[in-house]
Amino acid sequence: MKVLYFAWLKEKTGVGAEDIALPDGVSDVAGLVDWLKGRGDGYADAFSDTAVVRVAVNQEHVDVDHALSEGDEVAFFPPVTGG
Amino acid sequence: MIRVQEHDFDPGAELEMLTADNHAIGGVCSFIGLVRDFAPKEQGGEDVSAMTLEHYPGMTEKQLEAIEKEAQERWPLDATLIIHRFGRLEAGDRIVFVAAASAHREAAFEACHFLIDWLKTKAPFWKKESAASGDQWVEAKEADDAATARWNKD
Repeated sequence: MKVLYFAWLKEKTGVGAEDIALPDGVSDVAGLVDWLKGRGDGYADAFSDTAVVRVAVNQEHVDVDHALSEGDEVAFFPPVTGG
Repeated sequence: MIRVQEHDFDPGAELEMLTADNHAIGGVCSFIGLVRDFAPKEQGGEDVSAMTLEHYPGMTEKQLEAIEKEAQERWPLDATLIIHRFGRLEAGDRIVFVAAASAHREAAFEACHFLIDWLKTKAPFWKKESAASGDQWVEAKEADDAATARWNKD
């Protein structure tokens, strides 16, 4: 599974992209977020307020209850501010 | 057509290309977004030196294509164009260009408005403003969500 971070999520985690094997017991985005929070202070900080975190799976906007499978591209980012 | 690019664009040339050889088009409506000085000296702020636009290559194009397709399904359009820049931009620089061409003005006006409203809440771009005091990420506005919501169908 490929996990991407953008804007301040990239700065806080210190990672732009990483390959992660779908962790045991993780079946959806919310589960992945909980798992990521345990990876270190940077991740815990990045996901401390999930109300300001948006997620896309395979480049489509999804909600946190979206199911995940091995091979998915998961991206975390703040609400968009383009235009 | 959609384009995501670092370099500037020429609105006049883009409009000419958009309508060239299609005499069914009776009107074109376009919108250009510019980098605004978010804290001008005249208002007691410090001049913004620049802004940097980050995006999600791949998803950006996919979302812009979906937004364009949605507009084409809702209005009778002959041509549409979305150009969005990324990278470092200075105050006054062009950021985004949206245009919609149709036989009649109503569809062109509405589709143009729809395209920019939807783009602002769905296309994965993030602005980081740079001022003398430091850099900071721009926060999304609830007004943008409201502007998009008014285009939602019942």
